[in-house]
Amino acid sequence: MKIVLSKDRMTIEREQDVVPFRNRVKEYAVKIGMSLVNQTKLITAASELVRNMLKYANGGVVLIEVLSQGRDSGIRLVFTDKGPGIKDIPEAMKDGFSTGKSLGIGLPGTRRLVNEFDIKSTVGEGTTVSIIKWKNG
Amino acid sequence: MDRIPILRMGNLLLVTIQIDLYDRLATNLETDLVQMVNKTEAKGVLIDISALSIVDSFMGRILGNIGSMSKIMDAETVVVGMQPAVAITLIELGLELKGVYTALNVERGMELLKEKIGNYDEDLSDEDEDSTE
Repeated sequence: MKIVLSKDRMTIEREQDVVPFRNRVKEYAVKIGMSLVNQTKLITAASELVRNMLKYANGGVVLIEVLSQGRDSGIRLVFTDKGPGIKDIPEAMKDGFSTGKSLGIGLPGTRRLVNEFDIKSTVGEGTTVSIIKWKNG
Repeated sequence: MDRIPILRMGNLLLVTIQIDLYDRLATNLETDLVQMVNKTEAKGVLIDISALSIVDSFMGRILGNIGSMSKIMDAETVVVGMQPAVAITLIELGLELKGVYTALNVERGMELLKEKIGNYDEDLSDEDEDSTE
């Protein structure tokens, strides 16, 4: 069972918000004693998702949660935007797929960096992406 | 506006990225470097990223662009000093740094650039001879 130990929220509206957001995520990861490699993976994944949010939806809100499950602890990040939504999620999760000018590694690449990855999207309403990186995962 | 300094060393340009770049700074660096290659007729660009704690696909693309742009301006690019955690993450993310050479540190990067450029600036190659004696 996952227990939420703390909650924090950050609004992302401009590209200048990316670096402070990454720093905030790093602070939480350091606080729970996550290894440097896992920290780097989590922050890179967060950076990719926050960029997607800016590019396709002009920003959104990120919920940062510290979780505990048994003896392990971890960080959950939930990215919520009110953008155009994703029509075909399985297609968007394929390597090399991109509707924007990016390299098309955003979503599938991000999924590889974290332990749990969940995406929900409704066309015309928005997209929610949730990721979890366990400290020892 | 903020700028990343570009140092000139003979026919090489040296860039040390000391802070985590926000996007504007990174795209400025891209244009500044290409202009500097043109102005100084540099044959090589060395970029030290040892202080970068993450390289995401945006930063990867900037580095790739710098490499490709320099290449068509007849200059080689070497990226040095990547942290092990960053390298592990890049590979898992699926990002290849296309268009740039990489080396472990500044010293190795310099050697690689000299090799790639071939006939090297005279006073610098003199220095090189001295150091091998």
